[in-house]
Order: sequence, then C-alpha cells, then structure tokens
Amino acid sequence: MKYKLGTYAVAAVMAASPVMADLVFPSLSYRTGPYAAGGIPFADGYADYFTLLNERDGGIGGVETRVLECETGYNTEKGVECYEATKGEGSLVYQPLSTGITYQLIPKTTADGIPMHTMGYGRTSAANGQVFSHTFNYPANYWNGASGAINYLMSQGDIAGKKIALVYHNSAYGKEPIRTLEELSEKHGFELMLVAVDHPGQEQKSQWLQIRRERPDNVIMYGWGVMNQVAIQEAANIRYPMENFIGIWWSGSENDVLPAGDAANGYKALTFHGVGSDFPVFDDIQKYVVDAGKAAGAGDQIGTVLYNRGLYAAMLAAEAAKTAQEIHSTAEITPAMMRDGMEALEITEAKMAELGLPGFGPSFSVSCENHGGPGLIGMTQWDASAGTWSLISDFAETDMEVIQPLIDADSASYASENNIEAGC
Amino acid sequence: MFYREAGDFSTTYPQDSQTFPIKFDRYRYYVVLAVAVLVMPFVMTDYLVNSIFLPFLIYAIAAIGLNILTGYCGQVSLGTGGFMAVGAYACYKLMTAFPDVNIFFHVILAGGITAMVGTLFGLPSLRIKGFYLAVATLAAQFFLVWLFNKVSWFYNYSASGQINAPERTVFGIEVTGPNTEAWATYLFCLVFTVGAAILARNLTRGSVGREWMAIRDMDIAAEIIGVNPLKAKLTAFAVSSFFVGISGALFFAVYLGAVEVGEVFGITKSFLVLFMIIIGGLGSIFGSFAGAAFLVVLPVVLKIVGVDLLGWPTDIVAHFQLVIVGGLIIMFLILEPHGLAQLWRVAKEKLRLWPFPH
Repeated sequence: MKYKLGTYAVAAVMAASPVMADLVFPSLSYRTGPYAAGGIPFADGYADYFTLLNERDGGIGGVETRVLECETGYNTEKGVECYEATKGEGSLVYQPLSTGITYQLIPKTTADGIPMHTMGYGRTSAANGQVFSHTFNYPANYWNGASGAINYLMSQGDIAGKKIALVYHNSAYGKEPIRTLEELSEKHGFELMLVAVDHPGQEQKSQWLQIRRERPDNVIMYGWGVMNQVAIQEAANIRYPMENFIGIWWSGSENDVLPAGDAANGYKALTFHGVGSDFPVFDDIQKYVVDAGKAAGAGDQIGTVLYNRGLYAAMLAAEAAKTAQEIHSTAEITPAMMRDGMEALEITEAKMAELGLPGFGPSFSVSCENHGGPGLIGMTQWDASAGTWSLISDFAETDMEVIQPLIDADSASYASENNIEAGC
Repeated sequence: MFYREAGDFSTTYPQDSQTFPIKFDRYRYYVVLAVAVLVMPFVMTDYLVNSIFLPFLIYAIAAIGLNILTGYCGQVSLGTGGFMAVGAYACYKLMTAFPDVNIFFHVILAGGITAMVGTLFGLPSLRIKGFYLAVATLAAQFFLVWLFNKVSWFYNYSASGQINAPERTVFGIEVTGPNTEAWATYLFCLVFTVGAAILARNLTRGSVGREWMAIRDMDIAAEIIGVNPLKAKLTAFAVSSFFVGISGALFFAVYLGAVEVGEVFGITKSFLVLFMIIIGGLGSIFGSFAGAAFLVVLPVVLKIVGVDLLGWPTDIVAHFQLVIVGGLIIMFLILEPHGLAQLWRVAKEKLRLWPFPH
C-alpha cells in the first residue's frame, strides 16, 4: 500500500511537472474573491482557445501550447507572486486582467524582457510603444472607450449643455477616463459630473441619490465586479432610463445585468469585439473542447461576453505567436521573439474569417510607435427578455485628436520619471 | 541540556542584563543573524525574495510596530493599514521631491512622519479604551485611505492615482525600481528589520517599555504608582507608528514598486497584521517574527503543494487556503492563546529539562 501511494505521488508530480519545449501562456486569473464573476469567464475563454489549438491543430506551428494558471484573486501582492512564480517557465506573454497588477508588472516585465498584453485595461498611455517597449494594449483602451461613448451620444443628438455623469470605481482603473472626459467636455460643451464608488462597490445608495437629485442626461460607468450589478440595480430603483446608461466594456456582461431582471432592459455597454456565440469557432470549441470534456472551469460560460473577450485575447496572443514564428523562422519562440511578433501583428478580415471569427473584431495592425491599435469602439445593448447582448453600432473611430496628446503627455512623464529614452 | 545557564557565569551587570543571557541562546541568535546576512543573499532568487522574504521582513516590522502598541501597551489598533499608507505616501513624496537624498533616509523620515500622524490619532486613547479605541483607529484607517485617494497632491497629480517608486540606489546598487537584484532588496530590508527588532527589544526592556506594560496591565494602578498615562500612551503610539511607517515605506518602495492605496492599504491589511501578532504572540518580539512568517509562508506553501504538486485547480486551492488558514487561526486561539511565542517558550523550557524531565 505504501509503495502504491508513493507511485501515485510520483505520478502526480510527473503529471504536474512541465513538459519541456512548449509555448507557455500564463493566465493570471481570479476565480475567487469579489471580482471572480468577471475573472472566471475570461480565464475559461483564454484556456479553452489554447485547448482548441492543441486538440485541433496540434498547437501553434506544431508546438503544443500550455496555459499556466495562477490565482491572483485580483490582489496585487498575489499577482506579483504569480508573476515571479511563472516567469521562469518560459512564459511568453502576461495578461493580468487587472489594472493594479498591470502597474506592478509594466516595469518588471520590461526589465525581464517579457511582453505584456493588457487588452482594454491597464495603463492607457502604454499605447505609446516608443516609451513602453514591452507593454501592448491593442485593440482599444480606456480613453478610446470614453471618447467612443461621447461619440455615440453625439450621434444620437446634440450634447452641448447636457449633463453627463461618470460613475467610476475609485481606483487607478476608474480614474483613467476622467482626464479624457474633461478634455471632451471642454471641446463639446457638456457638463461633467464625477461620482466615485469605493471598492468593492456594494453600497451605492448615496451615489445614486446624488444622481437622482442632479438628474444627469446620461450616465457613463467604469465599474468592475459586484459594483456593476449594484449600480444597475440602483439605477433601476431610481427609475433612471436604462437607454441613457452606458457602461464601459468591463461593465457590460451578463453577470452585471441579470440580477436586475427586466429592469435592466435597454442598458448599453461599449465593446471592441463581437458578442454572442454565432461564430464558426464555437462549433469547433463544442467539438474539440467541450465534447472531449476538456473545457476549463465549469464549462458553463461559453458565449458570454467575458468568455468571448478571453477567447479574443487568446486568439490575438496565438496570432502574435504565429507571427513571431514566421519572423524568426523557428517554432520554439522566446519571450523576446514573442514581443517582436506582437509588434508586427496584423489582423485582417480574411484572417479573422479563416480563424472562424468573421467580423468578431476590427482589423488592425500594430507597429513599434503604436502599441494601442486603432481604438475602434462599438456599442451593445441588453435585451432582457431575450437575455442577449446585441451590437447596435459599427466599430467606429474615436477622437484621437484629443486622446493622442494625452497619451503623449502621460507617456512622456513616465519616461522622464524612469529615465527611459523614447525611441523605436 | 539546551538553554541551560549552568556554567554560564555573569561577572558584570551588562552581561547579566543582556538580551540573551543564556550562552546557548546567544550563539543561536548569532548563527541565525550570520546565516541571514552571509548565506541567504547568495541563494536569493527573484521568486524567493518577492514571494517570501520581502513580505516576511516587511510584515515583521509592521507586526513589531503593532505589537508595541497592542501587545505591550494594550491599546487595540485597527489602523495599521492606514499608517502603512502614510509611510508609503510620505516615502513617495520625499523620493520625488528630494531625488538626491539617499533612499535610506527617506524611509527613516517616512517613519518619522508616520509617528507624528500616529501620535495625532493616538490622542483619543487618553479618553477612550478597548473597543471604543478600536473604532477610533478604524476611523483613522478609513480617513487616511480616503485622504490619499482624494487629494491628488499626494500622488503628484498622476492620472491614475497610483504612486510609482522611481529608481534609487544605496552605495551605487539599485534597491528600488524594476532593475533591482534580489539580494540587494533583501539586504536593504533585512537591515531595517534587524534594526527595528533590536530597537524594539531594547525599548521594551527599559523604563519606557515597563511604563507601557504597566498601562496595559492596569492603567489606574499604573497612574497611582507614578506612570504618566499621557506620556506612556502617546510614546507607544509614536514608536508603533514609526515602525509601521517604515514597513509601509518599504512595502511600497522596495517590494511592490507601485501602489494603489485602497487596494494595498485597505482594512484587510490592518486585520492581517493584527492576526500576525495574535498568532505570533502578543507582547513578544519573537512572536512578531513568527506570526509574520506563519501568515506569509503558509499560503505560499499551500499553493505550491496544491497547484504544483497535486495539480488541483487554482480556485479550489485558493478556497482551501482560506479554510486552512482560518481553521489554523481558530485552532491556535483555542489551543495556545498566547501564540507561537508561547510555544517557543514552552519548547525552550522542555529543552532545558531534557533528557531528565520531572
């Protein structure tokens, strides 16, 4: 019996120990804590796409991929520990899904020469690749989001003289759009009202009382986790018209609107990728991943907004790895090669269609100067009776005239603080 | 056999009143110190330093600080996270305002600034006690976090409200910023931790420490025998906040490098440090180290065993971690209310009698 236990232990160690020479994609996920509802579907989507590549194509360029999951609980200290624990395994690209952890990792990844992709979160000015050599935030960032929301409102009618409220998570993440919105309010003549919600945002009575009193024409929300559903519920309680309520892409998933039931009908959220599971790639996921019993997590998130975002992130990482393999003509790439691949990444309509994701996201290309992509923003709306999100606008350009100077200024201050010489 | 004073004769008063009067104990202490200074830097890796040693050393300083206030002076405080934030933000403002001054002095000054803030928030302790004081310090915790979030002067008007530690060197070797070597940050923090421990140990053995303990044990009796409660309580708050401020400064500048006040220095941090001194042992410097080590190392060990060795899903391991740590806290409180320090004391007593217990 003792011998048997010993062999089991050895077998467990063998099974868990890394098989060398594979492409490692660490996933700093959070399946626990107050933000787990958002973390789980993203991590599932990220893992499932790489499982699909392994099962269907035998990996990327003939090399198997391995997703190295590490639980952060959305906590910066655990995030740093996860980074240190996984970086030695040949990790190709980090996607922490947390703005706080991103700020920790920007200098660390740059020093270690490992790229980081913060898709739609993190430090917005990382779009300036001349300063942030190892950080990428294509295809869209927070400031594109702010401008996209204002552009959408302007397409619905004149906003001069109107009052727009920003309900934001009182953290680095939520504060990101303030400066952009201030510039835009000057440019377009609307009045901006700032309403902060402290972590985790379970109690928002006073904030929504303020909104009820001041009656803003529109409310924009930068929230995450439990804060979103509470805000939507509170908005419903004060009978705030849902179609005037716009969330950033982190405030626009099923988790956020379902608790409010029918009252959430008509709630809008920005997005930079497609919604729903009406794409050919989902058939493959069903066939190779779900039916094979290899789905990550509980396997019940497929097709939700955040699952799709995880899938999209994994797809962009896989495409960048492919590009890197082509550039360096080797299948076994290093983090430095991965960085080159990300910088040369080009996503076209044809490529998306080939991957089974036609029209899922905008076509774009990354360059050394621009790590942020084009910043094309679309708008989705929630239909409570059907229980689905639907895209109600095209992916449209945002006001780079306002955003670019802000990116330049913020990245310049980062460069001077850290003695970085900008250049390509 | 071990920890015996037999054959160990003191011939002078200083010999008799030193910290480790037993020769064996003293040599053990020298060996630990020598290993920490001469051996550990050579085996330090990025992973070891960032997931175990830096948090351990820094939390040990915070635990020593809180132990002085709560363990020695009996004033319950839930404001540790807020005071750590004061240290961190003071260090940041000093680092950016005076880039030419050595980071070593910035950390000390950050501790000094925190001591002043701590004394200010210690004033209510002259009128209120126990739970009510805990609530007052809780107010300090929330007020300080709110302040650092609200007033943008504290974070130099950066758009995100984050503070980032710029690169600073000691003797030409980088100790903050991304390009640091593991051994450099380790030694830098070790110096502060050892210094804090020696200082705290000697303070608590002297007249100041005796005043604190007199106040803790019975404040009215202490006042009658001539202990000035104003002085005793405020010095406890000042010294405690000084240590907590230093730990906050190191936590920000050396360990994390970038900090967002609400997330890093929230109420959970206050509770974490409080758990450390409760598990480690109230009123014991060794207990501060033991508690910090316990709460820093245990989650890492559980994670390595669960995820890397057994291959369990990460979320199951994370949940188990909460269950196991919680269970152990309850177990400790029931089986050994005086913490790990008491276990150590009992072990020493046993060793003295070994192998002939009576």
